[in-house]
Amino acid sequence: MPETPFETARGLVAAYRAQRTRPSEAVEAALAQVERHEPRVRAFLHLDAERARTEAAAWDRRYAAGEDTPPLAGVPVALKDNLCTRGAPTTCGSRILEGWRPPYDATVVARLRTAGAILLGKTNLDEFAMGSSTENSAFGPTRNPWDLSRVPGGSSGGSAAAVAAGFVPLALGSDTGGSIRLPAGFCGVVGLKPTYGRVSRYGLVAFASSLDQIGPLARDVEDCALLLDAIAGPDPLDTTSARVPPPQARAALGAAPRGLRVGVVTDAFGAGVAPGVAAAIREALRTLEGLGLAIEEVALPTLEAALPAYYLLAPAEASANLARYDGMRYGLRAAGADLVDTYRQTRRRGFGPEVKRRIMLGTYALSAGYYDAYYLRAQKVRTLVARDFERAFARADVVVMPVAPTPAFAIGERAADPLQMYLADVFTIPVNLAGLPGLALPCGFDGGLPVGLQLIGRPFDEATLLRVGHAYQQATDWHRRRPPVA
Amino acid sequence: MATPAGAPRTVVGLEIHVQLLTASKMFCGCAVSFGAPPNTLVCPVCLGLPGALPVLNRRAVDLGLRTALALGCRIHPRSQFHRKNYFYPDLPKNYQISQYEYAGHPPLATGGALEIVTEGARRLVRIRRVHLEEDTGRLVHAEGASGSLVDFNRSGVPLMEIVTEPDLRSPAEAREFLTALRRLLQFAEVSSGRMEEGTLRCDANVSLVGDDGVPGIRTEVKNMNSIRAVERALAYEVARQAEARRRGEAVVQETRHWDERRGVTFGSRSKEEAQDYRYFPEPDLVPLEVDEAWLERVRASLPELPAARRDRLMAAFGLGGADADRLTASPAMARFFEETVAAFPDARVVANWLVGEVAAYLNEHGTEIDAITLTPRRLADLLRLIEDGTLSGRLAKEILVAMIKDDLDAVAVVEARGLRQISDEAALGRIVEEVLAAHPGPVADVRAGKDRALGFLVGQVMKATGGRANPEAVNRLLRERVGS
Repeated sequence: MPETPFETARGLVAAYRAQRTRPSEAVEAALAQVERHEPRVRAFLHLDAERARTEAAAWDRRYAAGEDTPPLAGVPVALKDNLCTRGAPTTCGSRILEGWRPPYDATVVARLRTAGAILLGKTNLDEFAMGSSTENSAFGPTRNPWDLSRVPGGSSGGSAAAVAAGFVPLALGSDTGGSIRLPAGFCGVVGLKPTYGRVSRYGLVAFASSLDQIGPLARDVEDCALLLDAIAGPDPLDTTSARVPPPQARAALGAAPRGLRVGVVTDAFGAGVAPGVAAAIREALRTLEGLGLAIEEVALPTLEAALPAYYLLAPAEASANLARYDGMRYGLRAAGADLVDTYRQTRRRGFGPEVKRRIMLGTYALSAGYYDAYYLRAQKVRTLVARDFERAFARADVVVMPVAPTPAFAIGERAADPLQMYLADVFTIPVNLAGLPGLALPCGFDGGLPVGLQLIGRPFDEATLLRVGHAYQQATDWHRRRPPVA
Repeated sequence: MATPAGAPRTVVGLEIHVQLLTASKMFCGCAVSFGAPPNTLVCPVCLGLPGALPVLNRRAVDLGLRTALALGCRIHPRSQFHRKNYFYPDLPKNYQISQYEYAGHPPLATGGALEIVTEGARRLVRIRRVHLEEDTGRLVHAEGASGSLVDFNRSGVPLMEIVTEPDLRSPAEAREFLTALRRLLQFAEVSSGRMEEGTLRCDANVSLVGDDGVPGIRTEVKNMNSIRAVERALAYEVARQAEARRRGEAVVQETRHWDERRGVTFGSRSKEEAQDYRYFPEPDLVPLEVDEAWLERVRASLPELPAARRDRLMAAFGLGGADADRLTASPAMARFFEETVAAFPDARVVANWLVGEVAAYLNEHGTEIDAITLTPRRLADLLRLIEDGTLSGRLAKEILVAMIKDDLDAVAVVEARGLRQISDEAALGRIVEEVLAAHPGPVADVRAGKDRALGFLVGQVMKATGGRANPEAVNRLLRERVGS
């Protein structure tokens, strides 16, 4: 047995099918790993060991009987705690939803169950996915397995840390402005933000509906493709899910990416990017060139405008999405003198400072007299960002940027300075605004901390991203490095 | 309209909320039904649970399009839903999904018109827009309980809002408009249109314009539960504003509630806050695209509208305009008429009974033709009993009422009450002899040529038979026996 209980999900399934191991053994190994390291990492908010053991035993029998099994049968998977799980806690990292148990499964959760996954637990996140460090969780921060004094990135920090720490081979996160890719980059794992509409949002507790997208986190690109295949595809319960055929991502990995053009965003190597990060990205580009890809320079002139536009649009949508947490029907209810006071007390106690900040920002941006200057103007920027990318994709098949300007920062370092915190997402946010797929994968280290490479693709062309990423991982071993915790 | 010089002119615009006749809710599959136990017709979507997403009910769009076509509106090939943000316990998401109207964001349809007849003249009332939205839940104030409860069965029920231009010039015109609109919605099978049940709701904006042409401040009147209430509330409000104007007092721009019992409108006591609904495009719903093929399907499925139905009834059955109007007052009445004629082909007789005796019954009991036990077949059977002489017209009227009250066929009432007409001449002859013997004076009068005395004798025979005697036979027998 390797030092971590498993390397990949597909390796596990192959081992089950060859009867070299059983789901129960894998679940026990995962639980043992959790027991060993979770007290320091704190990736999970809820863990359902009993249920995992019961389900694993059932898969044990089916593998032993040589039955046909679905693609993820018996694979432990972690879910970000903003995905609704029937009968199980779903807190979004917020006091306001403490104790709430959804009466239904998110579409992705239902699809994972159908695919045979064992849902081991729910992972920590910035409250309502608002943050870049997982420090905004009402239940305390998650720590980066590479350096426990540092943040894992956010908001899907719990999912990224759980994969990095070897608790699970696969996890789901959600990405509104970089919330899958940033923690994947900070924790040295692979994370994919699919094209907007690729994966159903039904059952994802909304932060900013026009930007939110669920996606996979894994140790390598091939596992990432495996998990994408299990969750992607149209859903009648989400009218924004695109009526396009599922990507069949894993099947597309075989084709060599030779001859594809890689567009390097020159604007993304300016001030603010750590030299170690820039060096790792440049090295990755040389590797890609060596694989037969052509390197082109592309421009994203609106890159700088994307961040402020995002911080109007996302909070605007959030201000409406989070209005329902009023203490009337579920979750926290604080006693008030009257109706309005009950609303006020409930929301005052139930929401943390970052959530309140964004609700106020968004409410302001939508207010009469400010709508045109803020919300509408930001929408125009959004259109311009999408056009920038269209122009770039006329010259390139894949666009490359760093995931973030710096590697993981220290816990507490940016907590008091929201603007510094927001800058961590400067390279991921434009991708959400344009609705494009973005893949983060490890491409080196800076000061002992992982550096993430970001590949951005055309709408619904996850296959090309994954092909390029897979070829890169065939030529490098960054994704095989393991943190001290793990 | 004749306005006395110097008197202010009335300006009224209406906002009508119409509950659509769909089987399921606007954005989820929950059933639309009334009287179900509270919170039994709910799901994560209409409860606004975290993570749930709306899916547009295309049937509701069909009905919105029907209405837009019937009103001659411009239908927008691409429209958008918006979130209307406000906090209230009956609104589970604390925003309502609706269609707002602003630059580049048209609602489902704009710019139509509906013809009304007012003071004998036909006039077009312009429609500003038709849009779709979801209904809210309902607050229930349980007896003895300290707080309020919420029933979300109504949450997410499809609503259509129709907004008129301020084209109405009197409370009576508002009544005429609402009557015509309700009729149109019922014929188009878009809504049951019952204000009493809340499937049709109307808010009215009213202001006065002075002879200087300067428009006054308008008020919005709410909480009217019948078309009659709309007319009364507007009349009260017009008088109130005119009185304020006469006294030189300012009219406050506010929402006022109609108190049906006291017959007054009153402003809400709490301070009026200017609501900022912070509308923005609903990101959970893709824009609504209505292509020509969809429109064509709706056009093809549009039921016959009132004006066409009226013309057809006149042409096909030789009815006069007044009868045709009354028979097309509601689709239920029109359908009842046609189905009765199918079973009893004398259309004139059917029309007379429906606009006469049946309408009188409905008026007297404040009910509708489709809410009583009478069926076209039963009415046709009754008319046949008159035709074949089994019943007199007078008896038939009594029987009609009994049929409705006791949910019976005509024959069953006749048998149960022994009301069959006596046409047997031997039996009638005996009664006639008795009457002649008992009233020698009138008999002499008849012989002297006083016809009025004959009427008295007929009445006596009728009295003796409990009204069952065949009047023609009685007349003939009396004349024979008296020898006049």
